[in-house]
Amino acid sequence: MDRTKPLTGELAKLRDEILGYATDYGLTFYPVMFEVCNYDTVCILAANGGFPNRYPHWRFGMEYDQLNKGNTYGFQKIYELVINTDPCYAYLLSSNRFVDQKLVMAHVYGHADFFKNNAWFSSTNRKMMDVMANNGTKIRKYMEKYGVDRVETFIDTILSFENLIDMLELVKPDANFKPPQEDELVKDDRSQSLRSFMGSKLGQDESEVKKQIEENPLDKLDEKVRGSRDIMKFLMEYAPVEEWEADIIGLLREEAYYFLPQRITKIMNEGWASYWHSKILTNKALRSSEIFDYADVHSGVMAMNQQNINPYRIGIELFRDIEYRWDTGKFGKDYLECDNMTEKANWNKNTNLGREKIFEIRKSHNDITFIDEFFTQEFCERMQLFTYKYNPRTGRNEIESREFDDIKSKLLQQLTNFGNPVIEVESANYKNRGDLLLRHVHQGVDLDVSKTNETLRNMHQVWKRGVSITTQVEGVNKIISFDGKEISEVSQK
Amino acid sequence: MDHPIKRDHARFRKIIKGKIRDSLKKYISRGEMPIPKGNGQFKVPMPSINTPRFIFGDKSQGGSGQGEGQAGDPVDGEGEPGQGEAGEGEGNKELDVDMSLDELAAILGDELELPKIEPKGKKNLQSTVDRYTSIGTVGPDSLKHYKRTYKEALKRQIAMGTYDPSNPIVVPTKADMRYRSADTKVEFENSAVVIYMMDVSGSMGDEQKEIVRTESFWINLWLKSQYKDIEIRYIIHDATAKEVDENTFFKTRESGGTLISSALKLCKEIIQEDYNSSDWNIYPFHFSDGDNWSMEDTNLCLNILKEDIIPNSNVFCYGQVESRYGSGQFYKDLSTAFGEEHEDVILSKIKNKDAILGSIKDFLGKGK
Repeated sequence: MDRTKPLTGELAKLRDEILGYATDYGLTFYPVMFEVCNYDTVCILAANGGFPNRYPHWRFGMEYDQLNKGNTYGFQKIYELVINTDPCYAYLLSSNRFVDQKLVMAHVYGHADFFKNNAWFSSTNRKMMDVMANNGTKIRKYMEKYGVDRVETFIDTILSFENLIDMLELVKPDANFKPPQEDELVKDDRSQSLRSFMGSKLGQDESEVKKQIEENPLDKLDEKVRGSRDIMKFLMEYAPVEEWEADIIGLLREEAYYFLPQRITKIMNEGWASYWHSKILTNKALRSSEIFDYADVHSGVMAMNQQNINPYRIGIELFRDIEYRWDTGKFGKDYLECDNMTEKANWNKNTNLGREKIFEIRKSHNDITFIDEFFTQEFCERMQLFTYKYNPRTGRNEIESREFDDIKSKLLQQLTNFGNPVIEVESANYKNRGDLLLRHVHQGVDLDVSKTNETLRNMHQVWKRGVSITTQVEGVNKIISFDGKEISEVSQK
Repeated sequence: MDHPIKRDHARFRKIIKGKIRDSLKKYISRGEMPIPKGNGQFKVPMPSINTPRFIFGDKSQGGSGQGEGQAGDPVDGEGEPGQGEAGEGEGNKELDVDMSLDELAAILGDELELPKIEPKGKKNLQSTVDRYTSIGTVGPDSLKHYKRTYKEALKRQIAMGTYDPSNPIVVPTKADMRYRSADTKVEFENSAVVIYMMDVSGSMGDEQKEIVRTESFWINLWLKSQYKDIEIRYIIHDATAKEVDENTFFKTRESGGTLISSALKLCKEIIQEDYNSSDWNIYPFHFSDGDNWSMEDTNLCLNILKEDIIPNSNVFCYGQVESRYGSGQFYKDLSTAFGEEHEDVILSKIKNKDAILGSIKDFLGKGK
């Protein structure tokens, strides 16, 4: 039984219509394959990160459990699901109204354009559908060979380090997330990066490579690895693990890097897609009888939220703001240096560069640079943004500030390193006994202590020797270590 | 075939059950009870099973939001923006896991190694249930079993040599048709009644009642999983006894003296009036802090127990909740009268919340 069906009849016609508008507006994308499916299937796909086939793991089951429940209780609904592949797959919920499908299609074309054109997606493997399926097959094979529990436990451990990757890897000239050549695959189905690592020692057989690593003086290794933020890769290459384990690290790393561009462009991506669904629907596709239904859905998506900023809303408003500023010439030296407020408010040089500008921005920016460069005081005030902080006295979160500078730096700080602490390798020969020392590059926010301890335990499982991390807790420099038996903390002056 | 995620889901459920089992003792002693949802399902709150990562501490981080308000105003409102992008959810929420009564009872049973209860073998009602568990050669089209049908056809074609692997077309004939068919199973319908008696005199404080409440929840859960029908009656007593509903049972606080015999008398009457012991499995539970007004009354109690209650019940259970004021004398009296190892009388002391689990095992561990 197929869980998804291609578009037919009315919906196929609608797709052609929306596709026409999207192309007319200058959006470009890989072919978009729409499929219709029921809610259960959308939940399955969403739980799997959009993919029909993943490796077996309980966390997908947990995700599914929650999505499914969310639907049953009616407080959560997935409208659309689109996957960054070539062709680009998008799923429409069969129970959606016709006007919803219109909106979703337009929204999806926005995403598809972003996937194809944004620089941070340039190294993405667009055949991820196959890669994910292959990873699934491989892990199942390992499970047959080494036992389900053993493999699952190992995956659980490695998932602890899923966020220890380096986003700059995405734009390195030799970023190797591209699909491998067909013939390469036949010879060697190990994960891409493990293969390339082994391959770099060309002409040597693998035991020699391992030996070489062992013989490599550890302090020399330190020079090489110090400062590396791609800790997944570091572990894959230098941790004393078996080959199948290194392979699993490698392919979980590949998957993590696949999802990374979406994590660092959330605001832009959603903003861009929302901008286009709004533009296409209100200017072209909506019939007058559908306006209320559309407005209802659209405003739901754009709702403000006190606890988190809504990326859809900030994104679309910022794109619109930029378009307006570049249309009226409210940018550049003249405008910024003008100190006549009336003149500034009525500024209009009819530059009409707005559309061009936003296309340019969607090509090269990510969320951080997007906010850093285009988030202005006027915009900030219009969006009613604020920062909040936990007040230990009242035991609740309270609004802290409505100052532009505070908000901007808070936003940037939340976006830095996709919202994760920056952790890098400091030494692979700490205390001169092969211990691993990581460094938390403290940027004002402390680590969660109990989670840190648990992560160190997991790291120890893989590194098999002592693991430590330098960080700051409430202003005091500390080294937290796990030696295989217990967690210890040493404060430093 | 079902989507592989169903297997992931089953795996997840298994892990969850393991977690609940591991922390069952904690749940029970903390009095955190699964919340019944009405359809035979229970909601079990549990800490989510997040993978540990290096992440920012929650409280020192703060955040940014959108909306009205001035500095110092509390930030409220929860929830996600309208749509969700797949593959990114960090899932920091607490998990609410749905468990059916049977699943929960199975966990309790496994953890405490509870034996299955042998219902009293007297006139158990029998009923027949049809379950589609077998395959037949005749039946209506709506029950046609395609896979089996094609298997039969394939077997026949291979046997006859008409099957061509290069052109694998299998055509079932009438003789190949297979249908789901019903097996008739006899199910025993057995009914049980649990009669809870509790001393609500002044010496039983809130903590003692909380213990009784927790304990009765798990006992009910187990008995419900063992019997098809179950009725629960509640009796409170101080110097006099009355029958009440569940809510009143756990809320009432009286003062004054304690005549345990009053409750046992009422219990006896209830059994005589409503529950014929040859049709019903009867479980009287009595909880008190062990203080009785006089030895005279205690003797009266022993009489009622011996003459009426014990002969009619599966087992009589007495749980003594320790309190600051209670002397615990009643337990001693019962154990002198019946001995610690009596067939049909189970005595258990519950010192504090941590002892609840052990006491449940005392009561249910005999499989009666």
